[in-house]
Amino acid sequence: MSTIALDRGVRHGFALAWRGILKIRKNPEQLADVTIAPIILLVMFTYLFGGALAGNTDAYLQMLVPGILVMNILQASMTAGVQLNTDVSKGVFDRFRAMPIARSAPLVGAVLADVVRYVVCVVVLMIIATVMGYRVQTGPAELLIAAGLAIAFGLCFCWASVFVGMLLKTPQAVQGIMIVLIMPLTFGSNVFVGTSTMPGWLKAWADISPVSLLSDALRGLLNGGAIAGPLTGSLIWMAGAVAVFFPLAMWAYRKRV
Amino acid sequence: MALAIRAEGLVKHYGETKALDGVDLEVPEGKVVGVLGPNGAGKTTAVRVLATLLRPDAGHATVHGHDVLKDPRAVRSLIGLTGQYASVDEDLSGTENLVLLARLLDFSRAGARARAAELLEQFELTDAAGRAAKTYSGGMRRRLDLAASLVGNPSVLYLDEPTTGLDPHARNEVWAVVRKLVAEGVTVLLTTQYLEEADQLADSITVFDHGCVVAEGRPDELKRRVGGQTLQVRPTSLSDLDVVHRILGDLTGVRPTRDDDTGLLTAPVSDPVLLSTLVRKLDEAGITADELALRLPSLDEVFLSLTGKRNEGSLV
Repeated sequence: MSTIALDRGVRHGFALAWRGILKIRKNPEQLADVTIAPIILLVMFTYLFGGALAGNTDAYLQMLVPGILVMNILQASMTAGVQLNTDVSKGVFDRFRAMPIARSAPLVGAVLADVVRYVVCVVVLMIIATVMGYRVQTGPAELLIAAGLAIAFGLCFCWASVFVGMLLKTPQAVQGIMIVLIMPLTFGSNVFVGTSTMPGWLKAWADISPVSLLSDALRGLLNGGAIAGPLTGSLIWMAGAVAVFFPLAMWAYRKRV
Repeated sequence: MALAIRAEGLVKHYGETKALDGVDLEVPEGKVVGVLGPNGAGKTTAVRVLATLLRPDAGHATVHGHDVLKDPRAVRSLIGLTGQYASVDEDLSGTENLVLLARLLDFSRAGARARAAELLEQFELTDAAGRAAKTYSGGMRRRLDLAASLVGNPSVLYLDEPTTGLDPHARNEVWAVVRKLVAEGVTVLLTTQYLEEADQLADSITVFDHGCVVAEGRPDELKRRVGGQTLQVRPTSLSDLDVVHRILGDLTGVRPTRDDDTGLLTAPVSDPVLLSTLVRKLDEAGITADELALRLPSLDEVFLSLTGKRNEGSLV
């Protein structure tokens, strides 16, 4: 591909991302899943279980916030498939595909627009957490790196959602499947409790799950502590997710439309 | 004459369903070809193949000489698509929709805004330019669809059932736009379930049924092929009905169809000159008529006799 073609592809991707951002601005209620849902989870878990799990709610909050961040980014990334499925069923994609632009541009644009959702998700969560008493123990640079890492994680795993979104017929079906996939993935991890009391099979998975590893990496970055190990593990998962799901998503997309 | 679209032997099967079963189609440059057929005849499938959105199982097609399979990008830069399946974004305003498409067609930021404003003006949507497309009426929405397909000045336009679901006023608006585009030299492939629409807009008509072409020709050719002409006469006074029935019968050599409720007499004719003869004979007999006409069969009748069934989508 020549640099001119690449340049055009990027510009088309951004033009379509602009569309996604316009849509978010016009339907702010679509952001409920990255704003209200995390707040409810954070408040509920902290005050209901914090005392029992960590002795007091303040200590639990320090451990919980990085994990909830991962959980919410993952949830936010899963809406990409629902959105794309809606576009395809409404016929908007046919217009784009009948134009002389890169085939992948609509997908890339949709995923880029999702970055806005991730940023909103991170900002809202950190503000609420701070109000509840959470404090970053390291510094602003570490906070930025942590936020960037969380967003990158969402960008890598959203391709799984795009894949499912292209396979299934209706947006509702996509939503249903994604919830079924995400629930065990987030709860079967160290987001809410340490893995030491889990049965062997669950502990074995929870210790190497991408959600656990990234949560640990973010805890290291925000609260201080070991970073290298969990960070490496997270990056391997992220690379793996892209390597597997990006081609699958493209394949399903070509087949679908 | 140079061909804008040429398709040969297009086949597309979905399991048992034969959406296209060997379709040939030719659209000369600057002409309007109407593809007429009931729901499920394969009209939309054919458009999707010609718009590079769908790979046929067999056959090939070119648009201005570019193969839809081998060189889809060149085809895409020539075509505009409007229809049931290619739609605008309902959340975005008229302006935003058009600016987005212009940006995708490599207009500059300022150029995209100018093109959007120009099209909105042309389609009388300037007042609604800032409103979300979902608030538009059916007719406005369809005009925006049309404007969206014209952003890149396509030389070939696919209109897939452009007036389905529109009221007569909005339908006339769309027709006016199509006529204007054709006057500017755009080639149009139009699919429709409405016989009147094909009759009004198309230079020639291709009739689809069950994925096959069952007839093609100019609208008047098709009509003639099916039934020839009929003479219709309605005497002013119902008491003259018997006399006129006899005159018409003598003239045409056939027994005219007689409707005693409306007083309308109809008989098939082979020679159009008979109309003036009839006028003279009625005059000699001192009979006046409220209605006197030589007409071609309606496309509804054409469709019925070509496919052996009523066109279910027809409003006529």
